[in-house]
Amino acid sequence: MSLIVAKSLSKTYATDSVEVKALQDVSFEIEPGAFLAFIGPSGSGKTTLLNLVGCLDKPTSGELQVAGMDVLKLGRRQAAEFRGQNIGFIFQSFNLIAVLTAFENVEYPLVMVQELPLAERRDRVLKALQAVGMLEQKNQMPEQLSGGQKQRVAIARALVTRPKLVLADEPTANLDHQTAYMILRLMKQMRDSFGITFIFSTHDTRIIGEAEIIYSLEDGRLVQREERGKPNVQSSEDRGAKLTAL
Amino acid sequence: MFNLVKIAARNLRRYKRRSLLTVSLIAFGVVFVLVFVAVTVSIKDFMIAQITDSYLGALQIHRGGYVASIESLPLNLNLAPTAVSQIEKTLAGIKDVDAYSERIKFGALFSNFKETTNIRINGVYPEKECAALPQMLSRISEGEKCVSALEKGKILVPKLLAQGFGAKVGDTVVVVATNKDGSVNGKTFLVSGILESATGPGGRDGYINFDDAKEILRISGNEVSEIVVRVKSLPKVEDVAQSIRAGLGLGEKKQKGGGIEVHTWSQLSPFANIANMIDVMTFFIKVMLIAIVLISILNVMIMAVYERVREIGTIAAIGTLPRKILSLFLVEGFCLGLTGAIVGVAFGLGIIFGLNLSKITFNFGQATGLILAPTIAPMEVVTASLLVIVVSVLASLQPAYKASRMEPIDALRHV
Repeated sequence: MSLIVAKSLSKTYATDSVEVKALQDVSFEIEPGAFLAFIGPSGSGKTTLLNLVGCLDKPTSGELQVAGMDVLKLGRRQAAEFRGQNIGFIFQSFNLIAVLTAFENVEYPLVMVQELPLAERRDRVLKALQAVGMLEQKNQMPEQLSGGQKQRVAIARALVTRPKLVLADEPTANLDHQTAYMILRLMKQMRDSFGITFIFSTHDTRIIGEAEIIYSLEDGRLVQREERGKPNVQSSEDRGAKLTAL
Repeated sequence: MFNLVKIAARNLRRYKRRSLLTVSLIAFGVVFVLVFVAVTVSIKDFMIAQITDSYLGALQIHRGGYVASIESLPLNLNLAPTAVSQIEKTLAGIKDVDAYSERIKFGALFSNFKETTNIRINGVYPEKECAALPQMLSRISEGEKCVSALEKGKILVPKLLAQGFGAKVGDTVVVVATNKDGSVNGKTFLVSGILESATGPGGRDGYINFDDAKEILRISGNEVSEIVVRVKSLPKVEDVAQSIRAGLGLGEKKQKGGGIEVHTWSQLSPFANIANMIDVMTFFIKVMLIAIVLISILNVMIMAVYERVREIGTIAAIGTLPRKILSLFLVEGFCLGLTGAIVGVAFGLGIIFGLNLSKITFNFGQATGLILAPTIAPMEVVTASLLVIVVSVLASLQPAYKASRMEPIDALRHV
């Protein structure tokens, strides 16, 4: 069963005088465990598409199912709950909470969203930080971390809730090439280790090659699908077992 | 909850200068309110105590209509012996009554055999009067400062009258009065003391023994003009008055209709209006505190929300429910208010303690060199603190609500 099914998604932003068609009739299906990129130039609709898949926005028309849920029917509160349980986010500017340490940033969704008990939280956070190689820096504040380290913490924060899907909007845009490459490798490694589906958007040609499936967008339309490597599709039991290890 | 407080505290620390300024402003407001309340309330209480304990009593009982015509001190409106014994029986049954004293009041001529003037005479039982008005003896500026000053044949002369007449302790004077029947009677007295006025210049009240008053007025029974009552706790005076009215079977109609009247000190003294004004001032000072807290918290929280739009977008995107975002900002406002209240209370109590140590003096009426001893009731401290905290949370409500209603997608786009 597909993790994401999108049918004829369109999104139009209307102002008083101008109507901008950000997405036009976009359809696709994404299998669990995919490591997938939406690529395209600025303004091609990558971010809009990720926002729709991440239940942060709603299309003007079309159908969208994520993890078997018709997410377009979700209200504001239900959408937040759905995101908290099923989707992890990695942002271009890392978006770590400035007043919290690396440990606390990763712990945040477990406290404020999933409301897990202390012992379980601690266990999960330490494992997530270890998985991204940030255990030693766990007590450092975001301002004390480099860009690459911040993004590693952000990846740990996205993974710690054991989501089915991680969405990363231009995750390497603020990083140098070497760090960007390392972050992509780390994301792929996390996919391999925990079976979590990773979808990222980028216009950085240097890292596009890391994606196994590439969707190209132009002017809001999906123009090409390219498969570079076969995703390691797993059963939900396999994925559950791997996530528990996180 | 602990995590909310931790995050709120860290956010407040993030903007140290602004948080410090806000806390200082709130603390200043709390200090001002506490010190103002402590000083004004202690002065007010002192003045009320001075009035009630030295001449007025906490409440007074008269025959109906007496107070309305008190300037003429009408003898025909005295309480009859049967009424007096009924009142005494009632007072004995009320546990909050500490003491009471019967008085006969009448207008008289006061003469030193050279000059004559008018005087208001209060015939009292010395022990009872001193029990009902414990500060009465302290008003004696010259002469015997004890109950013996009111033994039979002695008179306490008001200071201004004594000065005008050149009367001194040990002089002999004569008091002449007209009784109820219209006949005139007089009696010589030894000046045993000079009496300060309780409230300031003026006052023509002299004091003699109750039996001497009866003798001058040729009263045979236990007839009195008024009964002055001291209560164990002044704030309960209205309750005691109600108990007395109930005990005497006085309804509202009967109270007005000419039976027996019970008046509290606030109904008898114009100082009650000043006391009320002090209460009104205190109220407005508290309103100012609310305004200070409201504006400063609202300002700082609006800024906090505006500066953290992307952060709000991030936490909303990762699944934080709107009510949790609301709580985050409310807790921040709560922490600011709480810190301001704690600092303000600490400094406020410190200043009050300092004022007590510095022993500042003030004058009231004829009393000079009175030491200012501000005190504040724990309830006032709790009220001021709760007021600040509640207003802080309320002021945070609008910015917090705005934060919780932000669309994550819009907030994440914010630059």
